Amino acid sequence: MNKIDVKDVNFYYGDFHALKGVSMQIKEKSVVAFIGPSGCGKSTFLRLFNRMNDLIPNTRMEGQILIDNEDIYAKGVPVDELRKNVGMVFQRPNPFPKTIFENVAYGLRVNGIKDNEFIRHRVEETLKGAALWDEVKDKLKESAFALSGGQQQRLCIARAMAVSPSILLMDEPASALDPISTAKVEELIHELKKDYTIVIVTHNMQQAARVSDKTAYFYLGEMIEFDETKKIFTNPAQISTQNYITGRFG
Amino acid sequence: MVKFIESELVQLKKEVDEMWTLVYNQLDRASEAVLTLNKELAQQVIVREKRVNAFELKIDSDVEDIIALYNPVAVDLRFVLAMLKINTDLERLGDFAEGIARFVVKCNEPALDPELLKELRLEEMFAQVLSMLETAKKALNEESLELSTSVFAKDNLVDEINSEVSVKLADYITKNPESMLLCLNLISVFRKLERSGDHINNLAEEIVFYIDAKVLKHQGKTDEGYLSQI
Repeated sequence: MNKIDVKDVNFYYGDFHALKGVSMQIKEKSVVAFIGPSGCGKSTFLRLFNRMNDLIPNTRMEGQILIDNEDIYAKGVPVDELRKNVGMVFQRPNPFPKTIFENVAYGLRVNGIKDNEFIRHRVEETLKGAALWDEVKDKLKESAFALSGGQQQRLCIARAMAVSPSILLMDEPASALDPISTAKVEELIHELKKDYTIVIVTHNMQQAARVSDKTAYFYLGEMIEFDETKKIFTNPAQISTQNYITGRFG
Repeated sequence: MVKFIESELVQLKKEVDEMWTLVYNQLDRASEAVLTLNKELAQQVIVREKRVNAFELKIDSDVEDIIALYNPVAVDLRFVLAMLKINTDLERLGDFAEGIARFVVKCNEPALDPELLKELRLEEMFAQVLSMLETAKKALNEESLELSTSVFAKDNLVDEINSEVSVKLADYITKNPESMLLCLNLISVFRKLERSGDHINNLAEEIVFYIDAKVLKHQGKTDEGYLSQI
């Protein structure tokens, strides 16, 4: 079943045509990676799935994006609910200036959950899900800033998971991390795809090859090729894709 | 290395292991088919060769995927490259088993002269080849340099038996001229076994490469020099 259905999307920053006629279907509980040179539109495209581009002035989108068959740009769509369902993790870990516990609990509290026992249970559940529980269980009341970069990023993933999204968007989630932390985040993505649909933007082609089921290659606002990751990295259909992944270009 | 990539390497090893077992069984059955001139058994070997070929294609494809997707380096790269080459050598061994089986199927004799077979040491040669194959498999599973290099010495016996075959068969033909065609065809069985020994040597060399990053290919007699260093 298609979790996300993108139909002929064009996106503009003012007069600049940033995304050109992009269509794709993303299956439920799969990992899709977006690759391409800087400025090709992959992060812009990613942000369309939770309407983060709405926060940027003088932008407009044409086309349709359906999540669970519902048009997320239809009039009256509650954007806050959308962003609960479509969580996001950014390049630089951005924990709140709160305790480890409160970072994860915050999303639940602002959504009106007052049952402390439920909150405690959910915090533990998502920290375990983010493969962080064992490292932080004895210091939940410490500041999140006391954690390492890799731990902070996994905390941000747990924070996104706490409000039970069905989709996780990750914009270069490991590019600011050391290799060991990167490996932990990649292992986490591999585990999480059993329960979530994950879309990841990455400059690291080897990372895209390692973690994703399908890969989309973008160039100058166009989606050049979208296929099984194995196919993209063994025998891409487009010469442009091949030139990029072999390093002949980009 | 991330765990899910590790599992891909484990799966590759499992597939190679299965192919190894299949090829061993093929050679074992071919051996029995020749020694007893059992055409039914030989036919089974010929039919099963398709499975060996299918395995080869699968493993080749899996190796390609692992290299493309996971960029293995160091010991993991050596492992994947070794599996790729081992795959090719195992497939050749499968071909030899099939070739030997075809000899049996085409043979018009009701039985082979047991005295001739004893003189030629065919059973001994088969046993040695199978022993080499088993030892090499154990060497890979235990990641043992000692076991790997022990295969090279065993090949000497295979070569020794093969080197005597032509003269012995020539002598037999002189005394039994009606057996000329049979003997000429029988030579092909010995050639295939001798080539099998060479390919199993290759297997051992690949295992050494994987474990120790040492390239023994084309070293000839210096294989024994390496042995003394272990």
